[in-house]
Amino acid sequence: MIGITSYGAYVPRTRLPFAVIGGRPPKEGGPERSVAWNDEDAITQGVTAAIHCLEGLDRSQVDLLLFASTTLPFQEKQAAALVARVLDLGRDVQTADHAGSTRAGTAALRAATDAVKAGSARCALVIASDARMAAPKSGMEANFGDGAAAFLITDGDAIASVDDFHAVTDEVTDVWRPAGHEFVHTWEDRFVIQESYTPNMAAALSGFFEKTGTGIGDYDRVAFYGPDARSHGGALKAAGVTGDAIQSPLFGRLGNAGAAFAPLQLIAALEAATPGQKILLANFGNGADVTSFSTTDQIEKLAPRRGVEWNLARRRVVTSYDDYVKAKGLAATEWDAGTNPGLSATILFRERDDDLSLLGQQCNACGAIQFPAQRICESCFAKDDYSKVRLSDRTGKVVTYTFDFFFPTPNPPTVVTVTDVDGARIHLQVVEIAPEDMKIGQEVEFVFRRIHESGGRPNYYWKGIPKPE
Amino acid sequence: MANKESIRDKVSIVGVGCCQFGENWDQSPSDMIVDAAYEAYADAGIEKPQEQIDAVFTGSIYSNKGPHECGDALKLFNKPISFATNYCATGTDLVRLGVMSIAAGLYDTVLVVGYDKPKDRGVSGPSVVVDRVRDLPQTPAGWFSLAAATYFDKFGASREDLAKIAIKNHANGCLAPKSFLKRQITEEDYFKARIISWPFGLYDSAAQTDGAAACVLTRSDLASSFSSDPILVKGVTVRAGPNPQKDPGNDFLSWKPTAWARDDVYEMAGITDPRGEIGVAQVHDCFSLTELLTYEDLGFCEKGSAKEHIADGAFELGGDLPVNTDGGLKTFGHPTGATGVRMVYENVLQLRGQAGDRQVAGVDGKFAVSHNIGGHPTACGIAVLGRQ
Repeated sequence: MIGITSYGAYVPRTRLPFAVIGGRPPKEGGPERSVAWNDEDAITQGVTAAIHCLEGLDRSQVDLLLFASTTLPFQEKQAAALVARVLDLGRDVQTADHAGSTRAGTAALRAATDAVKAGSARCALVIASDARMAAPKSGMEANFGDGAAAFLITDGDAIASVDDFHAVTDEVTDVWRPAGHEFVHTWEDRFVIQESYTPNMAAALSGFFEKTGTGIGDYDRVAFYGPDARSHGGALKAAGVTGDAIQSPLFGRLGNAGAAFAPLQLIAALEAATPGQKILLANFGNGADVTSFSTTDQIEKLAPRRGVEWNLARRRVVTSYDDYVKAKGLAATEWDAGTNPGLSATILFRERDDDLSLLGQQCNACGAIQFPAQRICESCFAKDDYSKVRLSDRTGKVVTYTFDFFFPTPNPPTVVTVTDVDGARIHLQVVEIAPEDMKIGQEVEFVFRRIHESGGRPNYYWKGIPKPE
Repeated sequence: MANKESIRDKVSIVGVGCCQFGENWDQSPSDMIVDAAYEAYADAGIEKPQEQIDAVFTGSIYSNKGPHECGDALKLFNKPISFATNYCATGTDLVRLGVMSIAAGLYDTVLVVGYDKPKDRGVSGPSVVVDRVRDLPQTPAGWFSLAAATYFDKFGASREDLAKIAIKNHANGCLAPKSFLKRQITEEDYFKARIISWPFGLYDSAAQTDGAAACVLTRSDLASSFSSDPILVKGVTVRAGPNPQKDPGNDFLSWKPTAWARDDVYEMAGITDPRGEIGVAQVHDCFSLTELLTYEDLGFCEKGSAKEHIADGAFELGGDLPVNTDGGLKTFGHPTGATGVRMVYENVLQLRGQAGDRQVAGVDGKFAVSHNIGGHPTACGIAVLGRQ
């Protein structure tokens, strides 16, 4: 059966309360949104969601990777190819980016399903990730949220089959971002809802029901993309969705996560689903599409995943709007960050295994694990005799640390450590830990993040985060 | 390994010079090189350097001009001039190269000039490394402070102990005419200052300055033909070590290159009881903890015991083994290529009894040691001088 065999979500730990946007102190339990912090973007979020999706599975089987986002960090240079290297996938993986619309995530999901169905791929990884920027203090700033969803699509032990799909396409300038612009633009709200969202959702749904011979009442859970809470509620009402069938859109907790928004709701629905349920997912953006899923007995056998609820439970609240502005790079600075052209693309190329895949080496002669790759063993001096080992999925232990107030970051200090990973020593920044909680022996997991903007482009490397209890 | 005594006493320092260290906005590297070299010439009684200097060893880490910068500044043409760079051990390595060239019988008299001009870069504070993606932008404070958490944890030391080192070096620097910072600091100043990289605050960190220092070396049997009071080179070495950031065997309680260089140079010089035989030491205090670890790494006291000796005042001017008598990198700043040569300059003045208000009593018959450690840290240079 072709369908979803695993999933993983990522929501940045950082939350921006609406109160803080309004210049007031945050109130516990008040509405908030997730925020990709200064070292996060669509790629880093997508990598983490994918790692959660692949946990315990043989990732070398993945032969298709589709990356969907409206906020690809590079306009030319494929995100999927970068992510494939970070995930240490095989060299013969097919990759493609899906972009341009908040519907990119479901489009990629469909394309992956079709590829597996057609036999051009056996095991497809689909990642949808977005970190959209709204102008400071605009209405969109509170409405947006950041996050990522990942799915593994195979013909095998699916937890949910991907059943039917229908899409309509529409040309309308309702929400857009021209090349080179930082902030998302929108036409008047009522125009967007009345002339784009409402009619497109209705057309996609009616076409889907006509094609499948089903009705809204046949679905146990219905997840809709919605530009905002009000229009989302209106669309559910128009479609006749009621009671337990309504999948919460998570406005006020997560926010509208763009291309990842509908996929994240699908994950939330799968987390709560039991075998034999039918899920309907409707997505929007330059048209709309509808996908249906049927859960199987397998859903109870899948080892627990880090899904939407797990991520939403981890919170760090931003208490100052200034901190947010600095972290998002919206504050004026004396020098344009990252204009230094000094970072060498050839060095990046040579060190892809170290920097992106976090592959260490194990000496075949003495067994010592070392990082980074080096020709001569640091322990026994054997030459060119080692096997590569992936360190990113291991746990590290902090050997020593410091708090660097000079490292350029919007929120110093940077926690810098030397961390031991099964004998290898890695110079590693640790994030999402308060300095007072830092200790020798702290266990850390690896998380893929932006490390700096040298060369005027995002540069990525791994950081540590405290291993969850 | 070859004869450890192949250098001892074969080479003498007959002249030393040092420019005013500081933010030398109005001076070029050439200006500082000329100040340092001509002071060393005068000290050695050299009036015709173009005839009396056989070879030049020069180096820096910020300059990319190579040997030409020094040769052209000093108009030393038709001479062998080499340029070397070895992180913070550059200055000591230049001395070593000069000493080896004379001990090998190749030259009679050579000039050593170390210099650097970081203040021409338009940035204050530490430099950034432009290299691999994961190396950028690390800072030296971030490298050296990594030893603090483990040392504090194991030996119960704290910033209180580091404060005493900073206060001592500021006090000593006030007595050195060519130092940059001439200001006494109090413990209150120390604790009020901002943190650079925990536990290093502003007063734990060396200043960044411009500077140049020079010395004239000659065959010991020729030393008396120069006018100055010659000082013997007892031993000089450099050692490389693994990068502590990836060395699985590093305990972050001491620095391996120092221990290795110490064993080598003490054997060269014949030192068996460092605390008893060494009368004065200039050690690398890029950060206060570096100086503390170095007390132990050089065998001035047992590993883990430095804070007790600091509390006793052992390393102050009036102590039994005064360290950084001129205020060290803390007050001279650290024009990297110059520092090792500047330390030799201070030790020569101390051994000759010419150090003025900071003169160490009872240095006669004892060794003077200078020490640099640099990189991550990954390189150490040590020079031992003596009178007989």
